[in-house]
Amino acid sequence: MKRIYLDYAATTPTRPEVVKAMLPYFTDAFGNPSAIHSYGQEAKGAVEEARVKVADLIGARDEEIVFTSGGTEADNFAIKGVAYGKESKGNHIITSSIEHHAVIEACKFLERRGFNITYLPVDAYGLVAPDDVRKTITDKTILISVMHANNEMGTIEPIAEIGRIAKEAEIHFHTDAVQTAGHVPVDVDELGVDLLSMSAHKLYGPKGVGALYIRKGTKLVSFMHGGGQERRRRASTENVPGIVGFGKAVELAKQEMNEEAERLSYLRDQLIKSLLERIDRICLNGHPTSRLPNNVNVSIDFVEGESMCLNLDLEGICASTGSACSSASLEPSHILLAMGLSHEQAHGSLRFTLGRWTTEEELARVLDVLPQIVTKLRAMSPLLKSRR
Amino acid sequence: MPDVRSLYSEKVMEHFRNPRNVGEIENPDGIGHVGNPVCGDIMELYIKVNNGTIIDAKFKTFGCGAAIATSSMVTEMVKGKSIEEALGISNRAVAQALDGLPPIKMHCSVLAEEALKSAIEDYLDKSEKRSADGEGERTP
Repeated sequence: MKRIYLDYAATTPTRPEVVKAMLPYFTDAFGNPSAIHSYGQEAKGAVEEARVKVADLIGARDEEIVFTSGGTEADNFAIKGVAYGKESKGNHIITSSIEHHAVIEACKFLERRGFNITYLPVDAYGLVAPDDVRKTITDKTILISVMHANNEMGTIEPIAEIGRIAKEAEIHFHTDAVQTAGHVPVDVDELGVDLLSMSAHKLYGPKGVGALYIRKGTKLVSFMHGGGQERRRRASTENVPGIVGFGKAVELAKQEMNEEAERLSYLRDQLIKSLLERIDRICLNGHPTSRLPNNVNVSIDFVEGESMCLNLDLEGICASTGSACSSASLEPSHILLAMGLSHEQAHGSLRFTLGRWTTEEELARVLDVLPQIVTKLRAMSPLLKSRR
Repeated sequence: MPDVRSLYSEKVMEHFRNPRNVGEIENPDGIGHVGNPVCGDIMELYIKVNNGTIIDAKFKTFGCGAAIATSSMVTEMVKGKSIEEALGISNRAVAQALDGLPPIKMHCSVLAEEALKSAIEDYLDKSEKRSADGEGERTP
């Protein structure tokens, strides 16, 4: 059976062009960029070339890019780095209730160590209100962190507006752009951010590499202590092949972004429309228009997400759910709950995220298969009966 | 490549794909209702009892793959068992009959055991009431 991959927000395949660009740096050009000899300088040159490409994608200067092991490290670096870098100025951090775990858990870690964290609510579409940010700022506030777009329900947040508020108040502003960089235009000056997290494997690059943009003049402590790599901000021998792959992926993304975003937005809207037509008691999660081009997230009443995903997988279709029956807490997605969904609705959520190789035929197959799965699961659902 | 379906055993997937005894029993002798929307698993288990023997069992479940498979398995296991025997069915026995569950999913088997116990309790309550009311089915 030909598999249909619709979980591009979780990870993307590495593009063959990217793999090809990386390969020489495992074997021939394997040098340590810190070394003085030609092998070292060759590797150093490749890393710096990639840095220019990454900086270029987001309108930054190359010296403002620090390579990390991925989005999670970039988020941790930004949040803990500023918290401990500006500890003497204050201990208050503003974030939202729909952030990725990498931000939320970093904040909780700080909370246990005496920092005050405000988790802003969102509306039914998952939007943070910039005015809430303004009202929450105190003279102790040292950092604001709001994600550019949500990984689960796809809502794009009003980052530029929040950026203006942060700038006015002279507070460092971080955004997690893991889902947007390379997919929709991201410009650090337009957004007004001082720190921005990116990840390579979400844009057809390899896993294990990402970057944190750090605006010149932003005060934060180093994340890793050791050698002098990354302008002393992140010690550790550079992941040269990974960084080269990241650079190549970013270069391709920049060339193809606009066309691809348009193609995906069309497919997204078609899929949403058809799902709402073909299945009753279904609703779209997230914002209808301020939305990632590739994200479709719905809640289907009376059925549970993992069962839907397993049934889809049996048909070769790979999707994901915010039902966390498999997580240790058993709690469904904090993101969907923050938007005001009931526990049943959050457990009944299903996410399809489209990508480069998604076709109309693949989505037609989803539309053929999913209604039957829903019917089968509803026939065994005690929830349906109790509401009839 | 590694086994793509390593989360669940083949037996779990088989019961998930073709669950046995789905539905409700008309005029059941006992109903068990357990679980809650917070944890995301809700099970309803129906039993029909004749002369102290469970002659039929059916279920309705809202939940994950493991929840559906354990519901299916527990209804298979109780059929033909006496009430005492059925009360002895543990969650481990259900999980074992399915060739095991991932540790994180063991709570689903606990839920299946609880659903069964709750259905039997309901049956025992009702039969106590019946004998207190003086036997037989009464017409209102």
